[in-house]
Amino acid sequence: MSKAESFLLSLAHTNRLSSVHTGLHAIDPRAKVIATLAGILTIVSHDRYTLIGLLPYASYPLFLALWGQVPAGYVFSRLLVVSPFAVFVGIFNPLIDRTPLVQVYSITISAGWVSFLSLLLRFVLTVSAALVMVAVTGFREVCMALGRMHVPRAIVVQLLFLHRYISLIASEAARMIRAYRLRSFGSSGLSLKGYARLTGTLLLRSYDRAQRIYSAMLCRGFDGTIRVRNQLHFRSADTLFLAGWIAFFIMVRLVKPGEALTHF
Amino acid sequence: MSHHLLQATELGYTYPDGPTALSGISFRITHGESVAIVGSNGAGKSTLLQHLNGCLVPQKGTLRVGDVIVAESTLQTVRRTVGMVFQDPDDQLFMPNVYEDVAFGPANLGLPAEDIELRVMQALETTGVAHLRTRAPYHLSGGEKRAVAIATVLAVWPDILVLDEPSSALDPRARRRLLELLKTFDHTKVVATHDLDFALELCERTIILSRGNVHADGPTKELLAHSEILRAAELEPPVSAQGCPMCGWRKSND
Repeated sequence: MSKAESFLLSLAHTNRLSSVHTGLHAIDPRAKVIATLAGILTIVSHDRYTLIGLLPYASYPLFLALWGQVPAGYVFSRLLVVSPFAVFVGIFNPLIDRTPLVQVYSITISAGWVSFLSLLLRFVLTVSAALVMVAVTGFREVCMALGRMHVPRAIVVQLLFLHRYISLIASEAARMIRAYRLRSFGSSGLSLKGYARLTGTLLLRSYDRAQRIYSAMLCRGFDGTIRVRNQLHFRSADTLFLAGWIAFFIMVRLVKPGEALTHF
Repeated sequence: MSHHLLQATELGYTYPDGPTALSGISFRITHGESVAIVGSNGAGKSTLLQHLNGCLVPQKGTLRVGDVIVAESTLQTVRRTVGMVFQDPDDQLFMPNVYEDVAFGPANLGLPAEDIELRVMQALETTGVAHLRTRAPYHLSGGEKRAVAIATVLAVWPDILVLDEPSSALDPRARRRLLELLKTFDHTKVVATHDLDFALELCERTIILSRGNVHADGPTKELLAHSEILRAAELEPPVSAQGCPMCGWRKSND
C-alpha cells in the first residue's frame, strides 16, 4: 500500500470519529476551538526550561479523548508522523546549551537537554490537543466555528475545500504512483525525476478540476459568498466548558506546580 | 411557456489556442422536448453544453434561452433557467455534506430559510436520496453521487435540464434507475451522451454533431437506425439496434 493510500484510510478514520455522538460532540465547536487555542497559548507561554509544570496540561487532551472516545492509537500514530519537525527544531539544544541545570544523584543534566525535552513535551501536548479537538468536533464544524468567529472568509473556504478535495487528490496521486510502479520494472521506488513529473501532472489536474468546480459553483449562482445554515447555538453548557478550561489553564499557569521540582 | 425555449442560430466558437469547436450550428428546442446530443470525441458536444448555461459566451451567432439572449449581462437569468449536471459529480458536490450542497443554489437565490429547507427536501425526495442528507459526498457511491448532483440542480427549479454524460461510470442498475428517474421529469432535457441506447430510451429527438457542425437532427429512432448517417459521424449503431451477434436476428422497429 502506498503512502497516499494509507493517508486516504486515515482520513476516513478521522471522519468516522467525528460522527460519534457523545456529550462532548454536542458542545459548541466555538467553545472547543477557543479552549484549545487558550490551552496552546498557555503551554507555549511557559519558559523554555519548564518540564513538570507542563504536565497538568495533559489533562485537557486526555479529558477530550476519554469523553469523546478517541482511541490512543489514533493520536499517537499522528503524533509520530509530525514528530520529526519537533525533533529537528530542538536537536541542537543539548549541544549548544551545556550549562548544568539539574542534578539527579550523580548525573548532571544540562540546560540544553531540559529545554529539548520541554520542547518535545510542548509539541506532544499542543498537537495532541489540536488533533483530539478536531476528532471530536469534525473538520466542517471547526471551519464553521472559525467562520462565525470572523476568521477571514478566504481562509475558511480554503480549509473547507482542502478537506473536501484532499481525498480526491490523494486517490489520484495513489493511482498515478501505482501506474508508475507497474512500469518501472525492478527499480525501487520513485526517482526524484519521477516525483517531479508526478507532482507537475497532479498540479495541472488539480488546476483543471478547480476550474470545473468553479464553473459548477457559478452555474448555481455563486457570487463570492458561501452561505451555510447557522446551526450553532452557544448554550450554558458551552459557556461552562469554555470558562472551566480557561480557569484551569490560568490556574496552572499561575500556581506553577512543578517549578520547585524543575529548579531544585 | 417561452422560457423553456432553447434556440441556437449560427453558433460558433473557436478556442484561444486554435481549434474551432463549433462552426455555425443552429437548432431550436421547444418546451418539454427531450433531446440527445451525440457525436464522437471532439465533435463539439462539451463546447455546446458549456454555452447552454453561460460557462462560455457565444463568439459568433446567438443563443436564446427562454426570453433572453445569452451574454455577459444575462448570465444570472440564464443560469437560473438552465440547470447543468456535470459529467463528474465530484466537481459538482463541493460542500461538506449533501444537505448543504443541495441548499447551495437556493441560498444563492437569497430565499428565506424555510423555502430553502422545502426545496432541498423536495429535490432530495424526488431523486430518492433524502436519507443521505447528512452524509459527506466522498462517502457516496457513484449512483448516489449522480442522484445528489441532479438534486442540487433541481433545487434551483430550472426550466431546462442539461446533462453531460449522465450514464458514464454507472453500473447497469444505477444506470437503469437514473433512466427511470429522468423519464419522470417534465423539464426540457438536453442530454449529451456516448451511450446511444440511453439516448434511444430517454430522448425522442437526437442532434448528431460532427466536427463542430450539426450532422443530422431528427427523431432518435430514425437517426440511430441509419447506420450510414452514424458511420459518417464516426459513431456506431446502439447495441439495441444491432443484430444478435450469434444469429443475426434483429428486432424490427415498432
